[in-house]
Amino acid sequence: MSVTELRDVRATQPESGPMRIAEIQRVVPETSESATYWMTWRNGDGEGYAFQAGQFNMLYLFGVGEVAISISSDPMHPHRLGHTVRHVGRVTNAFRDLKPGAEIGIRGPFGKPWPLHEAEGGDLVVVAGGVGVCPVRPAIESAMRRRDKYRRLILLLGARTPDLLPYKDQLDEWVSLMERLGVELHLTVDEAVGTWLYDVGVVTTLFPKARIEPARTTAFMCGPEIMMRFAGRGLVDLGVPAERVWASMERHMQCGIGICGHCQLGATFVCKDGPVFRWDVIEPLMGVKEL
Amino acid sequence: MWHLALDGLDRLIRLLADQGYEVVGPTVRDGAIVLEDIEGVADLPAGIREAQGPATYELTQTGDGRLFDWAHGPDAGKRFLFPPREPLTTISRNGDGGMRQTPAPEEERPLAFVGLRSCDLHAIEVQDRVFMELDPAYRRRRERAVFVGVNCAVPGGTCFCVSMGTGPRCTMGFDLALTEIDDGFTVEAGSPKGEELVAALPTRGATEAEVAAVDRITAQAVELMGRELDTSDMPDLLYRNRTHPRWQDVAERCLACANCTNVCPTCFCHDVVDSVSLSGDLAARTREWASCFSAEYSWAAGEVVRGSRASRYRQWLTHKFASWIDQFGVSGCVGCGRCITWCPVGIDVTEEVVAIRATDGEVEVVAR
Repeated sequence: MSVTELRDVRATQPESGPMRIAEIQRVVPETSESATYWMTWRNGDGEGYAFQAGQFNMLYLFGVGEVAISISSDPMHPHRLGHTVRHVGRVTNAFRDLKPGAEIGIRGPFGKPWPLHEAEGGDLVVVAGGVGVCPVRPAIESAMRRRDKYRRLILLLGARTPDLLPYKDQLDEWVSLMERLGVELHLTVDEAVGTWLYDVGVVTTLFPKARIEPARTTAFMCGPEIMMRFAGRGLVDLGVPAERVWASMERHMQCGIGICGHCQLGATFVCKDGPVFRWDVIEPLMGVKEL
Repeated sequence: MWHLALDGLDRLIRLLADQGYEVVGPTVRDGAIVLEDIEGVADLPAGIREAQGPATYELTQTGDGRLFDWAHGPDAGKRFLFPPREPLTTISRNGDGGMRQTPAPEEERPLAFVGLRSCDLHAIEVQDRVFMELDPAYRRRRERAVFVGVNCAVPGGTCFCVSMGTGPRCTMGFDLALTEIDDGFTVEAGSPKGEELVAALPTRGATEAEVAAVDRITAQAVELMGRELDTSDMPDLLYRNRTHPRWQDVAERCLACANCTNVCPTCFCHDVVDSVSLSGDLAARTREWASCFSAEYSWAAGEVVRGSRASRYRQWLTHKFASWIDQFGVSGCVGCGRCITWCPVGIDVTEEVVAIRATDGEVEVVAR
């Protein structure tokens, strides 16, 4: 999507609306503190709506407010949207009360998408921590759909504990699909409990195991900042060029279009210049305390 | 350039009102010069002088009848073009939970500003870069507004527009620009609307002496400028000093009260808040000024990103003088000095930049 097109979306989706209205179809609990809300457009409201992997929507709950949530579903199906919401704030906690049939206002899609085309011809390595897998999931689905465009497809997913890993109900499905498509999936948790069959340790410990080939790699990262800092440095230390490492950032957003000011990180507005940033742009900013 | 007699300014104000404008101009209220609806010259602050300094703002009455021998009070055009509280939309919900959205009503009367200074005209141009394309309500107000600027003769003690290249003489963004001279005003037109207003007023061509007076008054204002600021090496100076000890030093004085962001004519940060009717079926969404000095401003994913006052002050000053340039191609500071005047503890941005520049590269040693 060109800069001009992004600007047009921002100009047609101001804070004052109009919002499109969607209806909740299904609520899937993911972890103790998150759930995925599947929704479809109210008659006609989805007209002309399309998004790219990595973009987000501003979701509005009646009388509560708007919140920026990345789109976790497949961009091929813009009429069936999935948003995974972690219940941590005023608006996201109000999501707990939503049942199928509830209406949601939507502005978007906003933000810069994952540069999937840049990985074409080489290896795509996805590094995600906890609910960080949600914003990157559309990229995974897109890449699996066009599997032949990539050489290796490597997914490195981590979480603090097994129960904090979202989409567990789909893991079996993913694993079988991945075996069929030749996708390499590695899972790890900081702390194993129960019958955890996979690795234990921070996500960077998966790098040697995955036998990453730096010269061919494009990496997409999403997770807690501390995780991305270590993972990004780890990848660059392995020899992955910094211009081919990408990170999705999270900041408070109220407008989605770069006018409310809240999401500033250095000179960037995370909502419009991100949320997906190139490592050489974002790494110096991530390292500054309380920026 | 034309000449307009004192009663001609009164005619101008009334003419704008007759044309349907809400005329906003300077008047004295509660010990300050504020911008309010005015009806004529009688509402203007005749004979008033200002004393401005860090945490200091005082008015005195000289009795000389001069209308514009002061710089500016706390208000700028921002309060009208980007109001502190502004309805965006209302959303109603029927019994089934179905939502319906109604746009906020549009203001009927366009605005006419009388008496804005060059710094404030520049500030509006700075905010245009934020809102013009992306906010329909701002664009509508802005495009319909008329601006009668006044060239500064007596700048304030905290002013540094010369350093920022934004004054003291009006050079852009006005329909008419006035200079107060002994027997009235000189008038310049900056737009077709300005030409049309001049044609409808009792003006005559300005004499050579009157034209020269404008230059002399501007030169005098430059001379009287209270402060200066070296803007060289921006934005990099502040980018490379993010861990400078001065941030901690200023944090010990700063109250994080947000006065500076409120009086700043370019600060654009805001929240959008919902309020619900008692019946529970109507939600009004309102835009309200926000400040990077509050904790909730940087709340993200359950945490406050900028917990310390030092980080908030650094955000504000660095945004204003440095990152604004990267974001919008222009400094976020127009040198009006309001943030210095209205800071309750008198923190002076020009002093803070000087302090960082003087020890460029110094790094805070963090105790462990």
